[in-house]
Amino acid sequence: MAKDDLLGASLWDAYSNKVTTLMNNPQHQGEIFEADVEARGNQLIVADFGAESCGDAVRLYWEINPKTDIIINSKFKSFGCGTAIASSDIMTELCIGKTVDEAVKITNIDVEFALRDDPETPAVPPQKMHCSVMAYDVIKKAAGLYKGVDAESFEDEIIVCECARVSLSTLQEVIRLNDLTTIEQITDYTKAGGFCKSCIRPGGHEKREYYLVDILADTRREIDEEKMKAAADAGGNAAFEDMTLVQQIKAIDAEIDESIRQFLIMDGGDMEVIDVKSSDENIDVYIRYLGACNGCASSATGTLYAIESTLKEKLSKKIRVLPI
Amino acid sequence: MQVYLDNNATTMVDPLVVKTMTPFFSEIYGNPNSLHKFGTAAHPAISKAIDQVYTALNAADADDIVFTSCATESNNWVLQSIYTDYIVNGDKNHIVTTEVEHPSILATCKFLEDQGVKVTYLPVNEQGIVESHTVASFITDKTALVSIMWASNETGMIFPISEIGEICKTKGVLFHSDAVQAIGKIPVDLQNIHIDFVSMSAHKFHGPKGIGALYIKNSQALTPLLHGGEHMGGRRSGTLNVPLIVGMGKAIELATANIEETSAKIRAKRDKLEDAILELSETFVVGDRDNRTPNTILISIRGVEGEGMLWDLNNGQIGASTGSACASEELEANTVMLAIGADNELAHTGIRLSLSRFTTDEEIDYTINHFKDAVFRLRAISSSFAKQKPTEGGEVQECELHHH
Repeated sequence: MAKDDLLGASLWDAYSNKVTTLMNNPQHQGEIFEADVEARGNQLIVADFGAESCGDAVRLYWEINPKTDIIINSKFKSFGCGTAIASSDIMTELCIGKTVDEAVKITNIDVEFALRDDPETPAVPPQKMHCSVMAYDVIKKAAGLYKGVDAESFEDEIIVCECARVSLSTLQEVIRLNDLTTIEQITDYTKAGGFCKSCIRPGGHEKREYYLVDILADTRREIDEEKMKAAADAGGNAAFEDMTLVQQIKAIDAEIDESIRQFLIMDGGDMEVIDVKSSDENIDVYIRYLGACNGCASSATGTLYAIESTLKEKLSKKIRVLPI
Repeated sequence: MQVYLDNNATTMVDPLVVKTMTPFFSEIYGNPNSLHKFGTAAHPAISKAIDQVYTALNAADADDIVFTSCATESNNWVLQSIYTDYIVNGDKNHIVTTEVEHPSILATCKFLEDQGVKVTYLPVNEQGIVESHTVASFITDKTALVSIMWASNETGMIFPISEIGEICKTKGVLFHSDAVQAIGKIPVDLQNIHIDFVSMSAHKFHGPKGIGALYIKNSQALTPLLHGGEHMGGRRSGTLNVPLIVGMGKAIELATANIEETSAKIRAKRDKLEDAILELSETFVVGDRDNRTPNTILISIRGVEGEGMLWDLNNGQIGASTGSACASEELEANTVMLAIGADNELAHTGIRLSLSRFTTDEEIDYTINHFKDAVFRLRAISSSFAKQKPTEGGEVQECELHHH
């Protein structure tokens, strides 16, 4: 919330000219009938997605040449708002001329991109991205009907945020790599949860199988468990010296958490690891004292000796601890 | 031609009201609390405005009607101060309200729930109103306040305020009503009804935005919401907003003088519009016409999504409103629509048309034409009216993941 948010943007002002034009005058709205298609020796596929009582519904028609699998004509019917109608319209346009296998690769992001006036400006405001997802879903359903397979079989990964098409594995990887701790960070890094918001937590616009809050909590728990395990493993063998810098710092942190920090905190102090520098002879661990430790007489003698001997014993004989 | 049919959202300020307000910006601008003549110059106009408000609502001299910044402030004041006076500093712990109140009641109740207050949100019947026996059955000896709207902003349906007032009187419970959608649309006689607090807002009856009031029966105790100077007898601090007070006085006078006659004229136009659009197949209007504010229609049109309909009306220079989830920032379905809607459909196909005394017959005719054209166009696109059946297996059994 800041100056720009004081007067909320008007929903309709955020629509691209293409969205407006197609809403006012859709090009591929209409039906294709079975009898006509049969007369031309082609195959008709008609698929529904959504329902009026859900707030949005689309019916997609494909006339397919069975010899080439090419979609030679496509139309739609839509119960929905302006962006739903415009998304459906551009979807049919993207389908025409493609084989079914090519069409099934069209995603909601392609649909939204095709509605942009210029490549840099989104065609619809974030919460309306949801409408283009309908287009993606109904294409998969139509392709499934044509090929006699389940629509889900076209999806090789689990999509958590359909608006931004972010998969479960991507989310888990990004959380790990960047050590993310909040939903806002996840949205900043991946765009997941930034559109219709249904995938953030239960109770949104639509029910989801996976929610970002759960994925974040689960991944954080896994990260913590791995940290503990890494520390435990490191203590048991000489592999500490072969670890990467990040692993070394994590192992030192874990060891300090395990057997040192509690004693410092009891005396009103604390410490943090600043850096680790390895040479052939030594592994220098630079630390900074915090709170009461800072300037305490023992911090350069007894306490320092206790920290160093613990790390030496548990991690590596080469460790020297250097307060800065 | 352009037609404004969103008068339940806000109204045009009557030019006569603007004229009455004008001198109090740059001619008579003193602070009414000042001793000098610049300050006292505004006193007669303020007194007149107070008289106009009391007369319009038939309030007794022993009652207080305190000017506020808006009905949201009035609603917050009642709820938050009842909490302070009767729950924090008393032995009550319960508030009764309805599922269909304005957000300024619902959000404040949620806030009070976070503070530990028990709140009962009463359901509405298929007419969109709370039945008085339902209210009676949820009042306990711990109930501090019953807060129920006088008329619904969405449906125009008028609640049984007189009966609920009697129930509250019998049970000895304080009674508040958000009367924003009633005052200026239907007669409101505060001496004829047992009620402790009433919220109102000037911009709903052709007055200016930024001013409302709270009626407090018998000047009973209620801790102020805004603390500060001794304005309005110490009940509501803040320098008196003279032009807006004068404007509200004039507006309520104009809205309530001859209200029977004026509302009969609005009702005739409303009924004409309603009858005409009900000629369309598969449409229905929420609520009994005789128990509705005379200016309001909430109509559901099968196969036509509300935001799409609003879009087409807007293209025809007609301003209306929808409770459709698609038109909201968070894609949340409207609580009022869900509370009364069968099978959720109303939540997506409801269009609200709200007239005013300035709506003309020509505007109604124009709207009827455009409305029908829009329904025709959107139904031609709508999957709800498609003829070719889906390929076997391509049907939708239910909402799939699209549950609301």
